[in-house]
Amino acid sequence: MHKHEPNDWKKYTIVLFITSSIFISGLWLSNYFSNKKIDQLKSIESSISLDLMSSETQFSLLEELSCKDVSTTVLSSELNSLADKISYSENNIGTENVDVISLKKYYSLLEIKDYLLMKKITERCGQKPIFILYFYKNDNCDACTKQGYVLTSLRENYPNLRVYSFDYNLDISAIRAMRSIYKVPDNLPAIVINGKVYSGFKTVEEIEKTFPQLESIKPKAIVPKPKTSATDAIKNIIKTVETTANTVTQ
Amino acid sequence: MEPVFTVIFYVFSFISVYVQVFFLMTYFEKKRHIIKHPDNLVLLDYPTVTIAVPCYNEEATIDKTVKSLLSLDYPKDKIKIFLIDDGSRDNTWNIIKAFDNGSNIFAYKKENGGKHTALNLALENTTSEFFGCLDSDSLVHPQALIRIISYFQNDLTTMAVAPSIVVYNPKNILQYAQNVEYDMSIYTKKMLGFMGGIHVTPGPFSIFRKRVFDELGPYHKAHNTEDQEIALRMQEHGYKIDHCPDAYVYTNTPDSVAKLYRQRLRWIYGFIKNLIDYRRLLFKKEYGTVALFTLPSGLVSIIGVIFLFTNIIANVISFFYHKIVQIQTIGFNNALSFHYKFDWFFVSTKAVLFLSIILYILVIVSVMIGRKMAEGKSSFSFSIIYFIIIYSVIAPFWMIRAIYNAIISKESSWTFERRVTK
Repeated sequence: MHKHEPNDWKKYTIVLFITSSIFISGLWLSNYFSNKKIDQLKSIESSISLDLMSSETQFSLLEELSCKDVSTTVLSSELNSLADKISYSENNIGTENVDVISLKKYYSLLEIKDYLLMKKITERCGQKPIFILYFYKNDNCDACTKQGYVLTSLRENYPNLRVYSFDYNLDISAIRAMRSIYKVPDNLPAIVINGKVYSGFKTVEEIEKTFPQLESIKPKAIVPKPKTSATDAIKNIIKTVETTANTVTQ
Repeated sequence: MEPVFTVIFYVFSFISVYVQVFFLMTYFEKKRHIIKHPDNLVLLDYPTVTIAVPCYNEEATIDKTVKSLLSLDYPKDKIKIFLIDDGSRDNTWNIIKAFDNGSNIFAYKKENGGKHTALNLALENTTSEFFGCLDSDSLVHPQALIRIISYFQNDLTTMAVAPSIVVYNPKNILQYAQNVEYDMSIYTKKMLGFMGGIHVTPGPFSIFRKRVFDELGPYHKAHNTEDQEIALRMQEHGYKIDHCPDAYVYTNTPDSVAKLYRQRLRWIYGFIKNLIDYRRLLFKKEYGTVALFTLPSGLVSIIGVIFLFTNIIANVISFFYHKIVQIQTIGFNNALSFHYKFDWFFVSTKAVLFLSIILYILVIVSVMIGRKMAEGKSSFSFSIIYFIIIYSVIAPFWMIRAIYNAIISKESSWTFERRVTK
């Protein structure tokens, strides 16, 4: 009668232990790098917050003075890049992650502060507002995804346009206040242009039509400067020297 | 959907890492016991051996196969070669007939009935102590038989010994990729041999004590994978199967994706069907490693590959769907304008990624150990990259098809893979 060798249970257990250790190391590494990212986001937010505060202070100080001295260039690119990173973290770390939610809330507050400051500046300086408030939700909203593409595309075509996006369902009183001030319906997506709410998906053309100020911030085509070659430069120098010499002689 | 995917992925990757660690641990534990024979091994005693070569439409390769058998370092009066034409439609019969010398080489012709019938014909006509088969598209190393027989002589409880199969003369990328796979399987097979968990005694040159068949019966059709079935039958009855890593057999491998697909479809289909036939072994501790480790990990690897593949396909479809929606929404030019600045922030830190990297590293380590055992070199080769890419892309197709065929019980025959010239 043939028999199998006895099972090496000790080995099965040791391998289980080693595998668990490797597995936990993988999970730990993932967690470690995700936390690093969250720290990076926190640091960006705190830097934006500082810039924002600086702008506010500058505005208050210069309230009585000239409009052109107020810096308005602080936020748009930082906020946009932060938005991209938070959106990526939602996908990568999870929409339910406490840290991600907290970062998003903070980001929304920064957006509102920036919006209020910009509104004040434009009002006082008689400029036309160039902001869009955008309300969306993450779940079951294909139209929101499409609206996101439209707004991203607009932002790329009009670099000075400020799009403030808000997660309609984010549990934060400031967003609730915005929702009630602008009477944003729950039929999302919704955008607010010049204080007026437009509910449902809007194409690029529709937004451009309802928002004529966009034309004023369209980047101008760059006219290339005439090139000066090295030989031209030398000729100019010679000419200047000759003129000077002539003047001296005369 | 995402959390469900993540949990399933964790389960599969945990099992896959477990399997690889199990092999690695066995390797470090038993490394010193891997026998490396001298180039001119001699035995004190040479038992009688019969080698059966079933052929079907093998006119292109059979001549070389028989000549390699004739070059074996083994006394000619102790070895019998049975060449069995299983109803070929080409010139195979005329070629093998010429080898028949009436003393130790015998040619038989029979109606096509499948490989197992050809092998059983040889079994009925032999009284040798040992019996083996050599596929007619394979060649043997001169020392292969003598090295295998030494295993039987060193351990009287060993009932079968599997050889190391190496790709013969690889020419294209697909064959180099298979070479890597075969190298890796030399390592895994030897480790399974140490653990008593071998579940296939491959057609090319596995050698058995003849009494295995006297006691357990002849080959079965076994869904055209008789080499898997006989191994499982032996495992069920506690017969020891070992592996001789330096008994090299050089096999012609499929040179096109279509041929490889057909071969693997048969293997995986056979594996699934034999697993169903021998399901009574699964997880029963009295059947040892094959029941607790080999068969479950084989099953998990098939399901895991299909799961990953469907997930990748779903992601690709989702990507294109969103791209199309984007193009429809903001136009072609805006959708494809590319404003990308590299930022480490956007490099994924998901656990899925780290676990996949760990798994790939373990697979590459396995391949390197296999290469060292097969070819004596453990350097990194680009073939490893071909192997990972090609198998990731095409293996899921034969696995999915094999499962489908297993459900509707549609068999693929071994003759289907053979060249049909007339």
